[in-house]
Amino acid sequence: MLSASSLSKTFPGVRALDGVDFTARAGEVHALIGENGAGKSTLIKVLTGVYQPDQDAGELSYDGRRVSFSTPLEAQHAGISTIYQEVNLVPLMSVARNLFLGREPRGKLGLIDFRRMHREADAALRELGVRVDVQRPLRELGVGAQQMVALARAVSVDAKVVIMDEPTSSLEPREVRTLFGVIRMLRERGIAVVYVSHRLDELYEVCDVVTVLRDGKVVHTGSLGDLDRLRLVSLMLGRDIGDVQDEGLTKFSGEHDAAAEPVLRAEELTARHQLHGVSLEVRPGEVVGLGGLLGSGRSETAKAIAGALPTDSGRVVVAGSPVRTGSTPAAIRAGISLLPEDRKAEGIVPGLSVRENIALAALPGLSRFGLVDEGRIDKIVDTFVKRLRIKASGPHQKVGELSGGNQQKVLLARWLAMNPKVLLLDEPTRGIDVGAKAEVQKLIDELADDGLGVLLISSDMEELIEGSDRVVVLKDGAVVAELTGDAVTEDRLMRAIAATPAGGPPVE
Amino acid sequence: MSELTLGRAAVDRDRLLRLLQDYGVYLGVAVLLLVNIAFTPHFLSAENFRTQAVQVAPVLIVALGMALAIGSEGVDLSVGSVMALATSLISLYLGYGAWIALIAALVGGVLVGVANGALVAFIGVQPIVATLALMVAGRGLALVLLPQLKDVRDPGLRSLGTGDVLGIPYLVLIAAALALLVAFVVRRTTFGRQLLAIGDSRPAAQLAGLPVRRVLVLVYVLSGALAAVAGVLATARLTASDPTSLGNLMELSAITAVVVGGTPLTGGRVRIGGTVAGAVLIQLLTATLIKHDLPPSWTQIAQAVVIVLAVYAARERGKR
Amino acid sequence: MTMTDVETAPPAGPRHDEPLGATRAERLSALAQQHGALVTLVIAVIAASLSFDTFLTGDNLENMALSSAFLAVVALGMTFVIVTGGIDLSVGSLFALGGVLAAWGSQYGTVVALLLPLAVCGLIGLVNGLLIARSRLAPFIVTLAAMLGARGILLAVTDEGSTTYLVDKSTFFASLGQEKLLGVGVPVWITLALFVLGAVVLRRTRFGQYVYAVGGNEDAAALMGAPVARTKIGVYTVSGLCAGLAGALNAAWLVSGVTILGSGMELEAISAVVIGGTLLTGGFGFISGSLVGVLLLKVIQNVINQIGSLDSAYQQVVSGAFLAVVVIAQTWLGRRRRVL
Repeated sequence: MLSASSLSKTFPGVRALDGVDFTARAGEVHALIGENGAGKSTLIKVLTGVYQPDQDAGELSYDGRRVSFSTPLEAQHAGISTIYQEVNLVPLMSVARNLFLGREPRGKLGLIDFRRMHREADAALRELGVRVDVQRPLRELGVGAQQMVALARAVSVDAKVVIMDEPTSSLEPREVRTLFGVIRMLRERGIAVVYVSHRLDELYEVCDVVTVLRDGKVVHTGSLGDLDRLRLVSLMLGRDIGDVQDEGLTKFSGEHDAAAEPVLRAEELTARHQLHGVSLEVRPGEVVGLGGLLGSGRSETAKAIAGALPTDSGRVVVAGSPVRTGSTPAAIRAGISLLPEDRKAEGIVPGLSVRENIALAALPGLSRFGLVDEGRIDKIVDTFVKRLRIKASGPHQKVGELSGGNQQKVLLARWLAMNPKVLLLDEPTRGIDVGAKAEVQKLIDELADDGLGVLLISSDMEELIEGSDRVVVLKDGAVVAELTGDAVTEDRLMRAIAATPAGGPPVE
Repeated sequence: MSELTLGRAAVDRDRLLRLLQDYGVYLGVAVLLLVNIAFTPHFLSAENFRTQAVQVAPVLIVALGMALAIGSEGVDLSVGSVMALATSLISLYLGYGAWIALIAALVGGVLVGVANGALVAFIGVQPIVATLALMVAGRGLALVLLPQLKDVRDPGLRSLGTGDVLGIPYLVLIAAALALLVAFVVRRTTFGRQLLAIGDSRPAAQLAGLPVRRVLVLVYVLSGALAAVAGVLATARLTASDPTSLGNLMELSAITAVVVGGTPLTGGRVRIGGTVAGAVLIQLLTATLIKHDLPPSWTQIAQAVVIVLAVYAARERGKR
Repeated sequence: MTMTDVETAPPAGPRHDEPLGATRAERLSALAQQHGALVTLVIAVIAASLSFDTFLTGDNLENMALSSAFLAVVALGMTFVIVTGGIDLSVGSLFALGGVLAAWGSQYGTVVALLLPLAVCGLIGLVNGLLIARSRLAPFIVTLAAMLGARGILLAVTDEGSTTYLVDKSTFFASLGQEKLLGVGVPVWITLALFVLGAVVLRRTRFGQYVYAVGGNEDAAALMGAPVARTKIGVYTVSGLCAGLAGALNAAWLVSGVTILGSGMELEAISAVVIGGTLLTGGFGFISGSLVGVLLLKVIQNVINQIGSLDSAYQQVVSGAFLAVVVIAQTWLGRRRRVL
């Protein structure tokens, strides 16, 4: 249906795609996987007309004809629809307007026929099992429902190819099932589906064929059923199977001592609509995992503790003394450090150097009378670059130019320079490549060994289970369970999450 | 990003482009100087240089504050009105002595800055809009305080406006001193670093515990105070208070100087040297056109073209 | 934003995607956003007519309607620009330029008098749009440059501002500004017609949907296949056309191309649009609100003039303060709604 042969795409200084062959066939679900930076997103953007492939390098053919799409609109008109990882819709516009943007039903005089549009929008969403008032602004829906609107939009055009770029990253398990139902329906209709995801379970559940990309090249393509997981992982990593097996999939070592007095105590944290009386304790040298699904209040809990989310009631106590809530500076002074989930937007300051980024939070302490002490900064930066093995061309390289893993290490350095007592890590390894992931995990371990209290949030269940001494499970903004000792297993965690209304995640 | 496949030629072109963005403004100044030396009669005289420098001084002082505002990913459109307010306040309080009048003018600028800063930092209004409101209200207030042009006869102010040390006018010395001071503040103080971090990524700065609001308020206070200083100096030089026209379109000239000087509108970077050169470039351009008897309409069109070119050149960096 | 909605535990069944019920406070703030300006206008008019006998007189109302008309046309174009999340600071200069060109062109007939300003101002708007959409330059700086450039062109056309072109009162063009229809000046009718047209375009055409989409989330709009660049080019062209037309109508009314008009008009137009409930951040707004905003500004101005003892400079103080209050309210209301 849609195929690319020896396709290349070069950005200034980077060859993102290098002679890629890729074919999506009708009635087939094609998994496209690879590490970050492997070229998945670039390939998708080339297929959907966002980027143009390099001249004289390969060709794109669609429905048997050679094509070139110069805009996403052209690709859409040709029947190629795309759903992106983050909901890419317009929050202020109504659900129906979002669904029909660019192809609104028009009546007399070429004016939009809103009654017809609302009726059809409602029908299209019902088909996917979503019932909402289509005239309300999109932003009033939950993230999952918004993603379903995006899906409805993609399906409701007469698409021949549907491309899904990590569509499940913000979905509830229930919604994931609906999505899979839709994918199967698409397959039966003879539509070619391209499915990008990091979640192996999902791939095996829904995909027929797989293409693995690494460093802009195709390293494997073929039936997914013929490929076992370990082999798939080793293809993605470009490592031998032996390595992977030896070290397990995460790099955490054993458990930590858990007898000391708590260094962090959060009591009855409550924020309207978000948190309902969340309490937890972290002891020095202990890694406490925060489990739960998206929207269960994990990030909110971390932000509330770090003073970045205003709370209505509740207390945060660090090493015995209470901390004023709702103030980031107060929390930081008390020794709480938060590595936020959205590293690019809320963590790094991309235009500043590695040096300035590391020194940022500690700056007032490194200054006298408002003047910066450059010598002391150099010393601190030097120490942490070595200790955390930050790979940069030098302290003056811009952080925006570093890889995800190194950016995360710079952030860790920024906080370690403050001598924190508690580290709150919100998805510390999301979106960084597997090698760096293992390193960051090892670092977390080391830090806990040094006596820090660590609160770990991770959607990667394996990381959470192996990395944590205890796991506090959240659901709908409240603590529903706490797993300790031998009870820290995937099975117990999922049961805790799925406890009341049935509906555990589709994970074996 | 992997640099394995980075082509040599691409690197060189990239570096050349960046050099041009960073130092193009100095090149522009040099070219204009050479052109004038070659083609403009009486250009190479101390008198002429003094005139040019005196004219550029107020613009530069305003541009210094603007550079801070733009570096924080904001902008201050109220600067022209602050100059008008300052000149009105001077006339109003001159009866109590020159120093009182000076302080009154500065306080006026600081207060406008506080209002701007409060709107931006505490209420979260976009800088363009917040300072737009103060731009309208500030000019109005200046006219309410002093409805028409008034002569300013004060020997102290007069000597401030026209006096010199070793042939260098006070105005120029003050502007130069302020430029050095602001450059020092940006480079070496905690405030400067925090300002750049906030301009580059405000959410990150917030979560890193920086006093974002305090820094932003201070940015607009400094911008207001510098604009007030410029208003005072302009009043001293003209020996008159003219709240109707003083500082008109000053925000535009200041933004131009900053942008032409290579400070990106996207924040996170402040180039004071470039701002000085940018102000000089605009002044030289205007002078060149006037000296060759080209009408004011040309000057305006030329300035418009320069702004667009400068922003266009800076665009490449923004995309990286 | 990483805002996630915490869904309340659903009752059994698949109905979990109901919109989170809009709270009363939220609905109230939405209402305030949409109709706050209108309510304020009604109150202002009632208060003014109770306080001043001279307010509700035919002459006074006619004057207000006429002086509102020109600003309203400019604000109409500005609304399109602001809904896309942009801003157009060149409209004041374009308004003046349009007037001068119309007055000059009127000697060659009405067609030239109307088409010349439309062509030139539309072209400048187009260039603005191209620089903003294709070269991705910041709207405020591009239109600031255009404001300067247009003023320069105006000076060049008028011998550095020393020539004022007059409109022959006997021409059809002059009658566009002078005549009345059913007791109301022709410019007012034209303005009303343009607003109806503008509202239809913004609410009921695909272009209008694109305008909202681009302002609401530009990246998403692009990925959804909306022609982002063309939409932006479109709105700046519309804004240029509106400013030019307003200038031409104003010249017909004044029967001359006054060169010193229009400075500060961009601020008035932006204020009117924002007061009318359009979000400066884009993605939300309405044409009718901008008309209400213009009327509100003009009523306030009129009241200040009626008071007489107050200097006209107070107008600026009040407008500025008013703008600040509205923007504060908008930000505050917006924040409350986002909290949900």
